[in-house]
Amino acid sequence: MIRDSFILAKRTVTKMFRNPEQFVDVTLQPILMTVIFVFIFGGAIAGSTGKYVEFALPGIIVQTIMFTSLTIGVNLNTDIQKGIFDRFRSLPIARSAPLFGAVLGDIVRHSIAITVTLVFGAIIGFEFNTPWWHTGLAIVVIIAFAVSLCWVSVLIGMLARSSGAVQGLSFLIVFPLTFASSTFVPASTLPTWMQGFVSINPVTHVIESMRGLLTGNTGVAGDTLTGQLLWVIASCVVLFAVFFPLAMWAYRRKI
Amino acid sequence: MTAAIEAHGLIKHFGKTKALDGIDLTVETGRVLGVLGPNGAGKTTAVRILATLLRPDGGTATVTGLDVVHQAKAVRRTIGLTGQFASVDEDLTGMQNLVMIGQLLDLTTAQAKIRARELLEEFDLTEAAGRLAKTYSGGMRRRLDLSASLIGRPAVVYLDEPTTGLDPAKRDDVWDMIRVLVKQGTTILLTTQYLEEADALANEITVIDHGKIIAHDTPQGLKRQTGGQTLEVRPTSVDSLPRIRELLIKFGTREPEQPAPDLLAVPVADESALTHLVAAVAAEKISVAELSLRLPSLDEVFYSLTGQKKKDDSKEAAA
Ligand SMILES: Nc1ncnc2c1ncn2[C@@H]1O[C@H](COP(=O)(O)OP(=O)(O)O)[C@@H](O)[C@H]1O
Ligand SMILES: [Mg+2]
Repeated sequence: MIRDSFILAKRTVTKMFRNPEQFVDVTLQPILMTVIFVFIFGGAIAGSTGKYVEFALPGIIVQTIMFTSLTIGVNLNTDIQKGIFDRFRSLPIARSAPLFGAVLGDIVRHSIAITVTLVFGAIIGFEFNTPWWHTGLAIVVIIAFAVSLCWVSVLIGMLARSSGAVQGLSFLIVFPLTFASSTFVPASTLPTWMQGFVSINPVTHVIESMRGLLTGNTGVAGDTLTGQLLWVIASCVVLFAVFFPLAMWAYRRKI
Repeated sequence: MTAAIEAHGLIKHFGKTKALDGIDLTVETGRVLGVLGPNGAGKTTAVRILATLLRPDGGTATVTGLDVVHQAKAVRRTIGLTGQFASVDEDLTGMQNLVMIGQLLDLTTAQAKIRARELLEEFDLTEAAGRLAKTYSGGMRRRLDLSASLIGRPAVVYLDEPTTGLDPAKRDDVWDMIRVLVKQGTTILLTTQYLEEADALANEITVIDHGKIIAHDTPQGLKRQTGGQTLEVRPTSVDSLPRIRELLIKFGTREPEQPAPDLLAVPVADESALTHLVAAVAAEKISVAELSLRLPSLDEVFYSLTGQKKKDDSKEAAA
């Protein structure tokens, strides 16, 4: 089971290197986002690019991972349509091995995206003002969140008819979650009605945790880093507790 | 000693569609069973049940004595499946596809690579081994898919319409590969829409339609039942048609049919009818543009077996 999952995870990773679009998703895209936001909007939003990179980089990492973690549903749906799952199912491996393999493979993709963004950030002047192990913890936090969130995508991937529909539905969920948060601007600058949502949006707390861990600042007034981390842990537990069983149910029904 | 594949009373319904409505199949070890039927007959459903991909709603099936429902995992160790639509990963190379499956079958990476090279060689894919499968032609994909199903040296192999959509030369290649498998002692269940294919490869043929068996026989027996081969004549001038019709009535086993305005066809008992017709046509100096002997099409098989013309819906769906 574990060996099979790793073999299948390798498939995801190999495909990523072979498939330019998927590779761009986790390398060029976060770099481009950083360039656009830091150099084009940075001056206007934060007064200087140096200040803004400190603010925006954690958000860009979170956003990249959010979008990457939702491709799993599209990929699984495509695999089923194309009959690749029929091949897997005719082999003497655990039924869930292809699913866990895909999740494991995505962790590798996330790690690449995070590393690329952090290294690029450091090159253009991002300062890590915290102990090194805080950076490690930040990476753990964002990956844990991605792994909790990916079950939403798996569920959609199993229920939707076409991979196009999976993509559409996933975006519908990710877009408001990412943009109605403190990804690009401090929450305090948003309209009051939105602040309500932003303050309960788990993505905000993931971003604030990342900021706290990477730069030492947190944006939402009143909440300490520990408070933010507790929010994130609670969100992960809830997401996992609700969507993991649903996703597994839908997967087993289909596979 | 049980047969390699034994199915009794298999039933599978999809909503109102009775995909399988009580099917019995037996394939002795080392033999080839051809399952012949039009699109929608239930062939794929039967294969999927026997390959443990689908649970039957009724009936039982064993493969090498193992129950497909309760011993699914053990069944999967003994079977190889080549589905109707190639199930290779298009974003991996041919080599990567095979190595991955070898590893999933518990081979070490080194063993998997050796086995993959062996199969790529055998299926004439060595040159394409390092290319992404999405760049392969239809025939190459089929061959890769077939090799993928053989990695674990399965005792029982399912081939679901292995040549549908291939041109005649590619089809002959696939047939040769299947014959090699047969020589190695593999038990094969093959589905097809062509009597010619079942006749060329199978020891026995089961004809199914709408989830029911409508005939089971050896290829010889089935050809006898369905009027054997069909003799087709296209005279150079339509004026000769009446005379040719008379000759065909004499040599044929049934009233001739006229599939096209200038073409006459009749089922014949054996090849000698062709010789007789050639002699008669030559003696009467009738000029003929085309003269051929072929196996009946699936439509003609159904006509002979059931006395009913098949509605054209199934054929349209196949296109
Ligand atoms: N998953 C499914 N859901 C609903 N109907 C299905 C499904 N699979 C097959 N069928 C129906 O069952 C019948 C038999 O299908 P199939 O076994 O694929 O036939 P064949 O392989 O002989 O063309 C068809 O009418 C088909 O539409
Ligand atoms: Mg079919």
